[in-house]
Amino acid sequence: MAEADKSDELAAAVRPDYWRVFLTFARNSLVRDMTFRVNFILQCLTSLSWMVMNIGFYLVVFQFTKEIGVDSGWMRYEFFVFLATTWLINSLVKAFFMPNAQEFSELIRTGNLDFALVKPIDTQFLISFQKIDWSAMSNFFMGIILLVFSLWKLDHLFELHPVVYFLYPLYVICGCLIMYSVMISLSATSIWLGRNQTLYDFWFYLTNFSRYPMEIYWRSWGWSLWGVFTFLVPVLVVVNVPARLLAKPLAPRHSWEFWLTGFALLATVLSLWISRAIFQRALLSYRSASS
Amino acid sequence: MTWADTMGIVLRARISTWWIIMRIALEERLVYRGDFALGTLMRFLPIITQIFLWTAIFATIGGGQIKDFTIHTMISYYLLTMLSRAFSSMPGLASGIALQVRNGEIKKFLIQPIDLVGFLLLNRIAHKLVYYTVALMPFALVFWLCGGYFSDHFKSAGVDWPSATRLVVFVLSLVCGFLLGFFLEMCIGLISFWFLDVTSLLFIYMLMNFFLSGHMFPLDLLPETAFTIVNWLPLKYLAYFPAAIFLGLVPETELWIQLGIEIVWVFVFILASRVMLARGLRRYSGFGG
Repeated sequence: MAEADKSDELAAAVRPDYWRVFLTFARNSLVRDMTFRVNFILQCLTSLSWMVMNIGFYLVVFQFTKEIGVDSGWMRYEFFVFLATTWLINSLVKAFFMPNAQEFSELIRTGNLDFALVKPIDTQFLISFQKIDWSAMSNFFMGIILLVFSLWKLDHLFELHPVVYFLYPLYVICGCLIMYSVMISLSATSIWLGRNQTLYDFWFYLTNFSRYPMEIYWRSWGWSLWGVFTFLVPVLVVVNVPARLLAKPLAPRHSWEFWLTGFALLATVLSLWISRAIFQRALLSYRSASS
Repeated sequence: MTWADTMGIVLRARISTWWIIMRIALEERLVYRGDFALGTLMRFLPIITQIFLWTAIFATIGGGQIKDFTIHTMISYYLLTMLSRAFSSMPGLASGIALQVRNGEIKKFLIQPIDLVGFLLLNRIAHKLVYYTVALMPFALVFWLCGGYFSDHFKSAGVDWPSATRLVVFVLSLVCGFLLGFFLEMCIGLISFWFLDVTSLLFIYMLMNFFLSGHMFPLDLLPETAFTIVNWLPLKYLAYFPAAIFLGLVPETELWIQLGIEIVWVFVFILASRVMLARGLRRYSGFGG
């Protein structure tokens, strides 16, 4: 008994404090970003210009139509709430997970994953949080600005149910976690494929389905897409659920919307769990590339 | 030995060099087959969301027209830009050159009797050839599935299916699109002789390209003045132009003139890349092995 206690104690003593490790990663990344300050500012500006293009496209679209989808309720500012939510979620994913997922494929290809495996810390944690791209946060602030502006235009800003102020951030985080799960599962496949340069493309194309209101898929064979991207790879709920909470709070609620909100929580938990399983399964197939 | 004989030998040597470069590039492309095949198939995904998005938009306006576009025109347009992008997009070209300048790999072109631009061009041709072979089937399938959009477009717009001339100009515009895309991005890569890091510059080019080449939406939807300006930029030849030719958005009388302007642009960028390479190499200093 005493022996076992001792080994437990020992384990507790060497178990890393994950929060502090994370803060160290965050600080290191910030230091690195600040070393090349001009580069940092340029990166912020370029990602901002992407958003200008993005909104430019929809301004062009809304020149010709009042609404996206017949009676869908996604008019200009409702849709901009949707767009802002997309930006918020994507910027968080881009800041926290994207650089790491890309690094991961590279680690596998070069065999440097060995170093991560031998460290006394959860490998998935180490792989997922090592780098933070702080410049992506500029998009986050743009997202907030667009969100506040659109809500103000809709006269929703101060009229929302208090619960929504709590639910919205919660679902934004859920959205990020679903995206993270998809991404880490995808990057784990590079263990099997050898190299996965197309990882970013694939992720982009897959999440492309999440960028539009789900109503647009509600026709003929779009339903099957809707089914796949809601229940199998739940990227459709990522933006749709939080955006709906804010954009259409006053519209009469359909019962399916409550189901959808509940389902989003379930989807988050399940995708985290499954992606973890895939990650660990993939690690078992890892054969070091070098040495 | 006569002059012609010498030229023959030189030419034969050249061709065998080109052939070897092509073969290396082909084999290099086939190393990571899984990755490559996946990447090829993946490119067809965005068109699906575009189809649904525009179908929803056209349904909202009661199935009418946006400028000269019906839903059929719009979707045919997106399919065709996919084809023009298959020719004109040059993933990794500029960043590859910048990397070679930065890490000094470019030195090898200084001591080997191989021309950097020619080498990269052959490389790219080889990569594209592999790409077309792999992508032919999915492309054929998608166009076959969406064939209805094309016939509906030609029916509703009252335009005939492209004539032989139109088809010839269409094919030529695709080939010129490839050359223009290549030399344009070449120039951006060569800027790295002056600024070591061109990542941000490249990103801005990519954005402009996405927005102003007509890849994101048909340029006709832009406000009048913007459209006039964009019409004079070379970017439209990378995606918009071939599609517009095929769909009959460019009048028959203007076909050759427009193609002529595109060819002028190609030469401008060929010249620019030559000048930049020569000047850049003069500035360049390489150390170590």
